[in-house]
Amino acid sequence: MYKIFLLIVGFQISIFVQGQDMTALVMKVKAKLDQVNDYEADGNMKTDVSFIKAPVGKVKIYFKKPNKFRLKKEGGISLLPKGGVSVNMSSVIATNDFVALAAGESIVNGTTCKIVKLLPINEASEIVLTTLYIDEPNLLVRKAITTTKENGTYEMEMNYGVYAKYGLPEKVIFSFNTKDYKLPKGITLEFDDNEKALSDAQKLKNKKGRVEITYANYIINKGIADAIFVK
Amino acid sequence: MLTLIQIELYKIFRRPRTYIAFGAIAALILIIQFGLKLDGKSYSDFLMKDIGGSMVIDGNIINGYLLCYIMLQLLLVHVPLLVALIAADMISGEANMGTLRLLLSKPYSRTELLLAKFLAATVYTIMLLIWLAILALFLSMWIFGLGDLFLMKSSYVVLINQHDVFWRYAGAFVFAALAMVTVAALGFFLSIFAENSIGPIVATMSFIVFFTILSTLNIPTFNVLKPYLFTTHLISWKEFFDLKVNDANEAIIGSIQNPQRIITSALVLLLHIVGFVGGAIFIFNKKDVLS
Amino acid sequence: MQQIVRVTDLTKQFKNLKAVDHLSYTVNEGDVYGFLGQNGAGKSTTIRMMLTLIKPTAGHIEIFGMDLAKKRREILRNIGAVIEKPDVYKYLSAYENLQLFARLSGIKPTRKQMMDQLEMVGLAQRAEDKVKTFSQGMKQRLGIGIALVHNPQLIILDEPTNGLDPQGIADIRNLILHLSRESNKTIIVSSHLLSEIEQIATRVLIIDKGKKLVEGNATELLDPAQTIVELQTLDNAFALQQLQLSNWTDKIQGQRNNTIVIKLDRKEIPALHTDLVNMQIQLLSLQPRHSLEDYFLQVTSGNQHVDTYTN
Repeated sequence: MYKIFLLIVGFQISIFVQGQDMTALVMKVKAKLDQVNDYEADGNMKTDVSFIKAPVGKVKIYFKKPNKFRLKKEGGISLLPKGGVSVNMSSVIATNDFVALAAGESIVNGTTCKIVKLLPINEASEIVLTTLYIDEPNLLVRKAITTTKENGTYEMEMNYGVYAKYGLPEKVIFSFNTKDYKLPKGITLEFDDNEKALSDAQKLKNKKGRVEITYANYIINKGIADAIFVK
Repeated sequence: MLTLIQIELYKIFRRPRTYIAFGAIAALILIIQFGLKLDGKSYSDFLMKDIGGSMVIDGNIINGYLLCYIMLQLLLVHVPLLVALIAADMISGEANMGTLRLLLSKPYSRTELLLAKFLAATVYTIMLLIWLAILALFLSMWIFGLGDLFLMKSSYVVLINQHDVFWRYAGAFVFAALAMVTVAALGFFLSIFAENSIGPIVATMSFIVFFTILSTLNIPTFNVLKPYLFTTHLISWKEFFDLKVNDANEAIIGSIQNPQRIITSALVLLLHIVGFVGGAIFIFNKKDVLS
Repeated sequence: MQQIVRVTDLTKQFKNLKAVDHLSYTVNEGDVYGFLGQNGAGKSTTIRMMLTLIKPTAGHIEIFGMDLAKKRREILRNIGAVIEKPDVYKYLSAYENLQLFARLSGIKPTRKQMMDQLEMVGLAQRAEDKVKTFSQGMKQRLGIGIALVHNPQLIILDEPTNGLDPQGIADIRNLILHLSRESNKTIIVSSHLLSEIEQIATRVLIIDKGKKLVEGNATELLDPAQTIVELQTLDNAFALQQLQLSNWTDKIQGQRNNTIVIKLDRKEIPALHTDLVNMQIQLLSLQPRHSLEDYFLQVTSGNQHVDTYTN
């Protein structure tokens, strides 16, 4: 009986220690990201969604601590996946209220990463679970998979370049599930025959969408007015 | 011939009825612009309903370019009637007024007279389209500003960069003019068979409605006919607003998904114009004028 | 004298109706040529064929010495016509209508010329008024003004006094006479009213059911001394044959109700009687009917039908 008790306590402690390790790792990553109070960057945004035909768009991205984020196409329209508007890491781990659990290791784009599961403590949180793939030596999140209550699961994959020291990615690939899109032909007033651009539709048959943003020309910590984030 | 065309244009634009069309277009467009200016948000929410499940739109959807697209959709229904008001009256109206016999006893051949009348009707149609362009495009651009054009087709949406839009509208309006001239040609053809204007005008609209229904229905028996019906091709101006995508599913700026379709439709419409006008001239040359 | 119009064997067959039946006539320069016949006789159809509004089924029309089928443009340039009720563009003014049709006729008159033209037809005061405010008589006068604006050599007036009051009728009549005498125009006037024609026409063509009844000098035709006699014989065919071979051939008008109709001077009746006997024509009756005028009145008022004699 006592042995079982020790086993359980030991197990708890090991979990606690491991949990603590993961929290520490996550906090280190967060601390790195916290260097950046705000940034402004130029971006190229590619949208690869089955039912969207959009050209690569030049966008401007703004971020201000703790979680103000704005992606703007100057004079234009940008399509972003729902719920994943905060396409940036800082927002993902902005809160302190989480439990971080180790979940093994994985290789992301040739880099070995520690897998950390973040569970928000606050039950009211929109995020149910976030899985981070952390490049421990560099304290960079290479990949994050977030499951939300309202908007399903989305995945972010980060590539880093010269701004890696700030934890700011050079490229973010955002993958998400898309719902079916169909409008009755009567509304769109199309008389198309059935062989409408099927070749395009075919290649987009998967129900996953991708948004890829390439960042450049970061302007970091130069101050950004709150008005920018007001739509 | 130039004298004839000038005289025909003079008659058209001195007639009060002509201005009904311009007024109707202005009224239609201004009402839509007013409504959307007042409550564009509800409309854009309605538009986004179907993709709002997955995506969030940032930016000004209700801009001048989208407004113009919405108004061009109306072309299908309203402008053909306004075109028929004049075109279907070209011969029958003269017969009704009793002036046809006087015109035909002048030293011009019937072919010259008919061609002049048709060309005058064409000029009227083009001017109607220019008026439409000024109000639907330029005025909308002024009121609602510019922006990317976000369009919803039946199975996908298209986002066109604002700098890639204007030339498409230029092409679309030229095509629309060709489409409306086809309607004018049909009205003109029917006009030679009647001695009152109402008959040919109603007949023109009836043909358009009937063939549009055939064009829309997806019944295999009728699908054979579809490529040959001019109503199927009237809306090919929309092809200007569809982009090609590359292998990475990136829309290619400056591209058109189906340029061949535009060319084919234009040819079909041209053939119809030649057929209708040629037929009118052929039949009218043989006709005894008793009016 | 120059022949302005020469029509030979003109025929128009509509679906169920032969509107014009082998009609031949000539119009000389300077003539005021009266086209006389009841409504539906074929006058308008004939005029429309002259103006290429209707295609003849058969026959030949020559105007100004040119074949109408081949030289339509040149011919029509020199014709001014009022065809039945003259209709113009009601939403334009009198001046604008005149200007429009002048341009269609190939001329660009000055404002003064236009106003003179309107003055001639008594519409100068109403030049700027929209035609929809005009009475029938005013429209008629405008129609004539339009027909004359390009100074045509040949003027064709189809029922020009229709709908006019007596003063209007008199005005038109005086205008026609003026044009004929002062300007030496050749004028074809059609009417169903003998009283109108006989006051202005120099030559007359009477048609009935598309066929020519008689053509000739108006004065002669309407001479009270001339009369119509109707012969009834035992054998009309033989009688007709004999008369053809005789001096009376030119006076034969046709057949009506089994009688042979001959037009002649009253004084010639006894001579005719004698010749008939000599030709062994078995005469049943010889009836001088009435004066020519009465005869024409009856024919054109639709009380009778006459089968024309064709050579």
